[in-house]
Amino acid sequence: MKRVYFDHAAATPVDSRVREAMLPFFSERFGNPQSIYSEGAQAKEALDLSRGQVAQLLNAEPEEITFTASGSESNNLALKGIASARRDKGRHIVVSAIEHVSVLNTARTLGRNGFAVTEVGVDRLGLVDPAAVKAAIRKDTILVSVMAASIEVGTMQPAAEIGRVCREAGVVFHSDAAAAAGAVPIDVRAMNVDCLTLVAQAFGGPKGAAALFVRKGLRLPSQIEGGNQENNRRAGSEDLPAIVGMGKAAELARAEMAARNAALAVLRDRLIRELPVRVPHVHLTGHPEQRLPGHVSFCIEFVEGEGMLLFLDDAGISVASGSACTSKALKASHVLLAMGLPHSLAQGSLMLTLGPENTDEDVNRLLAALPGIVERLRAMSPLYAQFKKDPAAYQARLIQEKECHV
Amino acid sequence: MYSEKVMDHFRNPRNVGEIENADGIGEVGNPVCGDMMTFYVKVEDGRLKDVKFKTFGCGAAIAVSSMVSEMAIGKTVEEALQITNAMVAGELGGLPPNKLHCSNLGADALHRAIEDYQRKKEK
Repeated sequence: MKRVYFDHAAATPVDSRVREAMLPFFSERFGNPQSIYSEGAQAKEALDLSRGQVAQLLNAEPEEITFTASGSESNNLALKGIASARRDKGRHIVVSAIEHVSVLNTARTLGRNGFAVTEVGVDRLGLVDPAAVKAAIRKDTILVSVMAASIEVGTMQPAAEIGRVCREAGVVFHSDAAAAAGAVPIDVRAMNVDCLTLVAQAFGGPKGAAALFVRKGLRLPSQIEGGNQENNRRAGSEDLPAIVGMGKAAELARAEMAARNAALAVLRDRLIRELPVRVPHVHLTGHPEQRLPGHVSFCIEFVEGEGMLLFLDDAGISVASGSACTSKALKASHVLLAMGLPHSLAQGSLMLTLGPENTDEDVNRLLAALPGIVERLRAMSPLYAQFKKDPAAYQARLIQEKECHV
Repeated sequence: MYSEKVMDHFRNPRNVGEIENADGIGEVGNPVCGDMMTFYVKVEDGRLKDVKFKTFGCGAAIAVSSMVSEMAIGKTVEEALQITNAMVAGELGGLPPNKLHCSNLGADALHRAIEDYQRKKEK
């Protein structure tokens, strides 16, 4: 049975044209871009080409692109680098409560090392209010970091407005666009952003390839010391196959984005429209319109995410969940909780992230399989039994339960 | 991630349901923890004649509930109280380390149902 893959947030297949572009750089054109002989010059040429391709995707200059090995590394470099460069100007950092852990945990570490950190909340749809960012900025604020879009709930932030607030206040603005760059149009100039994280896997590139846009003139000391690669922003020999792959993927994303997104949005909108018709008691999470093109996320009431994942896997369908049980940390998604969802609902989280190989038939398969699975799990669920017996008592109980006592 | 035995009990859980006029009911966990189990016991002549459960939780929590119910049926009340979390995990052929807490819940829920029965009997 052909499998249906709906977890492009976790991993995406590398585009075959990207793979072809990468292959020569493993064994034939294996040179180090830092070497001055011919192999090195050839490698340098490929590195420069890729940097230009990635820059074009963002409307940036090539020298504003620093290649890294992951979105987490880019986020660490941005936060730690800016904090160390500007610590004499102030010691206050603002982040949103729904940032990826590589932003949140880095900010919290800085918070234990002499910086004050304000976490700005989000509304029920996962939106950060630019006015709330403005209110959080103090005299000693040196950095604001708010993502461009959430991979968990699909919500796209009003990043340009947040950027304008930061610019007016003279504060550096970093945006984690790991889920957005290459998937939706990003123009770093229009977005008023000083620093931006992007990841090749979001647009058909290989794993291990990511970058940080750093606006010209912004000081950002390397967090990995050693040689002077990447304009002294990241030491270590360049991973040329990965970088070439990211460059090619960026070029293709730029050319094909509109067509890709038109196709994805059709499948997404069908899932968002039809899933609640097939399965009662479900709640769309994230923004209904301001949403990543291939992103569908629901909370399915009275059931827990891992059970759905395992049964869907049996049916040949791969999906993700933000439930506590599916996370290695055994904590429900901080994004869903920040949006004000009760734990019981967050446990029923279901995330479908679509990619270019998904078809209408894939959507049919999911819509056919899910109702029976949910019904089976609800038949076992004591929460569903309580709800059926006494809905009011069930709701009252959920409000009471805020902590885990086991 | 899970053993075949765990997956079997997850896919085909034994003794799911509620017992009307149960002699004892035990509940552990809540949705904040991620798992919640309710156990029902029917006792006759000091033996667990029937055990049923309802569980909200991950694959391991459902498999553990199923295994606990299977292990408990037919045992005397005293024997059933001796069932430990480690025994349940062992019968399932082991659980991933981060899922061991689910096996803790299973035996606890059974024991609470039995204690509920004992309390009611004393009255």
